[in-house]
Amino acid sequence: MTNRRDFLKRSLMAGGAATLPGLSGCALGTRPGGHVVVVGGGFGGATVAKYLRMWSDRGVAVTLVERNPRFISCPISNLVISGDKTLADITLGYDGLRNTWGVTVLQDEALAIDPAGRTLRLASGGTLRYDRLVLSPGVDFQFDQVPGLESEAAQRAILHAWKAGAQTVALRKQLEDMRDGGVYALTIPKAPYRCPPGPYERACLVADYLKKTKPKSKVLVLDANDEIVSKKALFTKAFEQYKGILEYRPGSELREVDAGSRTARLDFDTVRADVLNVVPPHRAGDIAARAGLKLINDRWVDIDWLSFESVSTPGVHVIGDAIFPAPTMPKSGHMANQHAKVAAAAILNLLAGQAPAPNPVVMNTCYSFVDSKNVIHVASVHQYDAEKKVVMPVPGAGGVSAAANELEGAYALSWAKNIWADMLT
Amino acid sequence: MKLLRWTPLALALLAGAGTASAQDKPDPNLARNLAATCAGCHGTGGRTVPGSAVEPLAGADSAVLMQKLRDFRSGARPATIMHQISKGYTEAQLELIAAYFAARK
Repeated sequence: MTNRRDFLKRSLMAGGAATLPGLSGCALGTRPGGHVVVVGGGFGGATVAKYLRMWSDRGVAVTLVERNPRFISCPISNLVISGDKTLADITLGYDGLRNTWGVTVLQDEALAIDPAGRTLRLASGGTLRYDRLVLSPGVDFQFDQVPGLESEAAQRAILHAWKAGAQTVALRKQLEDMRDGGVYALTIPKAPYRCPPGPYERACLVADYLKKTKPKSKVLVLDANDEIVSKKALFTKAFEQYKGILEYRPGSELREVDAGSRTARLDFDTVRADVLNVVPPHRAGDIAARAGLKLINDRWVDIDWLSFESVSTPGVHVIGDAIFPAPTMPKSGHMANQHAKVAAAAILNLLAGQAPAPNPVVMNTCYSFVDSKNVIHVASVHQYDAEKKVVMPVPGAGGVSAAANELEGAYALSWAKNIWADMLT
Repeated sequence: MKLLRWTPLALALLAGAGTASAQDKPDPNLARNLAATCAGCHGTGGRTVPGSAVEPLAGADSAVLMQKLRDFRSGARPATIMHQISKGYTEAQLELIAAYFAARK
């Protein structure tokens, strides 16, 4: 069993006087101290950083490593592409984590992990020592799987805009510059990919913009999947409202692109577009994919669902889009926020010498805009199944909207503001 | 120094002890952890941002909140999404969640 001396030594190994206050004046072995390093300040990483501080009464020291100076939200970013919102509307700072919660936020890039030495090497040259490491790196794209898209020049011409930021603004600019009568083509990779309803929402919102401003134009949705992956009936109905503008082609896997002519070669077809928007296949973010953690399908990290700890590498927890999902679990910002809370609770238990709670619950809500005002949702609740050792969707719970409606448009925007606050302030 | 690290064996022992005690006595963090699943829409601790269309839950009367949740489950109370989400939790879990938010300021 653990004792005060071990805790003190482990805290000192973690290298911070900042970790010591967590040990003073509390029952031994019940209140955690120590140093947790979090990589990635998105929906998962920012949430786990805040909740570790909040739930430990600031007893656990937390360092967040994030390469970007500010958080830019993927949810709501399709409204920036359609011109309904601006990038400023979906951009938030890390000051709340710093000032309200005492998280040390480093603008830096994590390069490599030494799991045996429990250290993380940074691009700036520094090294962080951790008691527990949380990786929330999101996804990185497999550009090598799309011949013609390997070069940086090609990637500047054919955008993904599947990570919000400069690409979001650049895609908006391409659509603004497109002639009336032009073709916008969007390719969707095979599931699982980040944000299952996201591509269909984007197709609707671009069609809504073109219908209002350049009605001779076309939206071509080239889906590698055999059918709409999420909210199928509702998106099918939404696509009807864009009849004559939007065309959906399932079973259209992308084989090759030519950036110069903005041409997509598919299994049975070749499409030349004025704006070609390719969402390439993706996998766990680089730091997780290359750290020697056990992966499934060579793409996603295999984790223990009670703690989100890697099944292969003790002390390293992985949350968000980078993990191999549980049955029917989407890769969403909302779900990453939920992973973060289970991981935070488990890490605090482990730091206090206790087992993670045996019954985690997570739930998901994804709102999608089908035009600038009307919204549809999908929701699910997932409870831990001790026999299967994974969280499973609760039968009879969850579901989708009856129809697109404006009330859920208001809820969607409030959802965004509330979850951003839940992560960052 | 190596001896001070968590070995897989030590972790397994701890995990075993923890699981046994978790079955014997209630987890003091269970209500907190369950209520945290609501915070994505209803805000941290049930406190929403100003102007939120989603209602805050902090400080709500637990009996009133519990009745709402029951009515969402039964369909007696119209909803866009809560009739679907409330069915994902057991009655006992909803009781814990309602009491947790009632105790927030």
